[in-house]
Amino acid sequence: MSDVLSAALSIGFHGLAFAMVLYLVSVGLSVTMGLMGFINLAHGLFAAAGGYVATTLMSRMGVGFGPAIAVSVVVVGASSMILERLLYRRLYGGDELDQVLLTIGLVFMSVAAAKFVWGPLAQPFHPPPALSGQIHVLQREFPTYRSFLIASGAVLVTILWLGLERTRFGAQIRAAVDNRRMAQSVGINTSSLFTLAFALGSGLAALGGSLGAEILAIEPGYALEHLIYFLIVVAVGGLGSIRGPFFAAMLLGVSDTGFKYLLPEFGAFFIYVLTLVILLWRPHGLFGQAR
Amino acid sequence: MTDAAERLSVPSIVDAFARRHRLRWPEALPWVIGVGGFFVFPDYLALGAQVLATILFALSVDLVLGYAGIVTLGQAAFFGTGAYVAGLLAVHGWGEPITSLLIAAAAAALVGLVNGAIILRTHGLTLLMLTLVVDRTLEEAANKATSITGGADGLSGMQVSPVLGFSFDLYGRTAYLYCLGALFVCWLIARRIVHSPFGRSLTGIRENVQRMHAIGSPVFWRRLTVYTISAAFAGVSGALIAETTQFVGLGTLSFERSGEILIMLILGGVGRLYGAFIGVPLYMILQDRFAEVDPVYWYFWIGLLLVLVVVFARGGAFGLIDRAARWLGRNR
Repeated sequence: MSDVLSAALSIGFHGLAFAMVLYLVSVGLSVTMGLMGFINLAHGLFAAAGGYVATTLMSRMGVGFGPAIAVSVVVVGASSMILERLLYRRLYGGDELDQVLLTIGLVFMSVAAAKFVWGPLAQPFHPPPALSGQIHVLQREFPTYRSFLIASGAVLVTILWLGLERTRFGAQIRAAVDNRRMAQSVGINTSSLFTLAFALGSGLAALGGSLGAEILAIEPGYALEHLIYFLIVVAVGGLGSIRGPFFAAMLLGVSDTGFKYLLPEFGAFFIYVLTLVILLWRPHGLFGQAR
Repeated sequence: MTDAAERLSVPSIVDAFARRHRLRWPEALPWVIGVGGFFVFPDYLALGAQVLATILFALSVDLVLGYAGIVTLGQAAFFGTGAYVAGLLAVHGWGEPITSLLIAAAAAALVGLVNGAIILRTHGLTLLMLTLVVDRTLEEAANKATSITGGADGLSGMQVSPVLGFSFDLYGRTAYLYCLGALFVCWLIARRIVHSPFGRSLTGIRENVQRMHAIGSPVFWRRLTVYTISAAFAGVSGALIAETTQFVGLGTLSFERSGEILIMLILGGVGRLYGAFIGVPLYMILQDRFAEVDPVYWYFWIGLLLVLVVVFARGGAFGLIDRAARWLGRNR
């Protein structure tokens, strides 16, 4: 009996940590796809870029853990604004095939560039001493860093939800997602709103990428390899939703960990079947609205 | 009446519609090049056969994407099904290539029919994700069923008999002509479909689903039909690759292959029936060249090319041709 309990605890714990990373990376994708209707297959590269900046600052320049993460978020968020103004903007409301082509092109370039600068191997990631090791709770041991990941994820999710529900900026985003034309007519500057939302989403992805470097290793193929998981989180959660992807990430993180723990020989097979079933049952995702 | 109005007068439109399905001389061009290539580049026929089979694959995507407007990231599901069916037939003693091509097409069509019946009720991102997820599920299944498919090692030991008395040679001569013949037959069928009333109704569905519903068109069945036909084409393409290379790997089912074929088609031009004939050779030859010049980072250049195409040459090669034609027309 205690074996079953400890297996369930272990799956829940590691699944939750994975879910936090998935959510942080994917929530921005949900907003950009929902807000601009833009099929952005390149979103993962912002997470990878965040991870690369943070690990490089930490391992090669001796910058501390907190500052390195903060710098990576700011750098990636700011450079994503340039990318948005230069390239993405041209294709808003345009042909979705052009969007696919552009973002796949960006992914190819980023994968090659990362390999050129950082080499083909995964980046070393060492959490600071205070966050390494194990902590004892209920006579069990849990890795400290993953506990930190879950806790900080929970804090960030709360801030994000409050920000979206209670601030003017959040209200503007919700208005633009629901009805862009109406939002424009009441005087919301949707153009700069898009840029800001894009930068926020990319910054969150960078945060997820750098905090989660221990779970999703930072390597050149990152953006392509995990793309399907990010897309599943968005589609299952519901496009344009902030809350939906959270529950989708939970479901995906815990069930992925569970299936890999209990039935390792089947790999990701069950995850795909689960996604299939959920999307057929609720085509607009768990929390999406029909448009 | 102004010039423009005259040009658009009713009889000329009726004329244009009546003449639409007739063969025009540029349509012979791919086949002249295809047959000419056989004699001009005897050293590249193996690569040429791959290009021809891939053109058929892109053509299958064009049918669903370009005509019915279904954005798919999972076309490799049918390509891989065709490849594995042809491969398994050849491993288990049925090496006759043309019948196995037909069996592979039927198998892929069946997968397309069942799959389409389930997923084509959805739209947009959900549909895109479902095509992707179905493809991944099949790939995982093929990966795990090692006793049947060979898993990650791939399926080898295919014994393919001669096609119409010509055995597959080392230089790829038979393979090239075989692929060219198969592509030609499929192109004739595709062309017939696209210009039929059924094909026009697909374009209608792509352009405005609500109106097609309103005029009573059975939208779901039309989409399912073209999805099944397209799956059969993709299956033939996969079977061609399997028979000519005598090997089937997991890569035939991979998401990367679905993405790559989409890129090739968009590079050529979508919904034109001939985008595949330009995009596929362009992409495969460029990839071959880039990989020779810069073997480690060649995909950086492919990526840059894609970004530049979106910024400067929207609509792919056919988009450029259109714009050049308009520009010439203005300056005349």
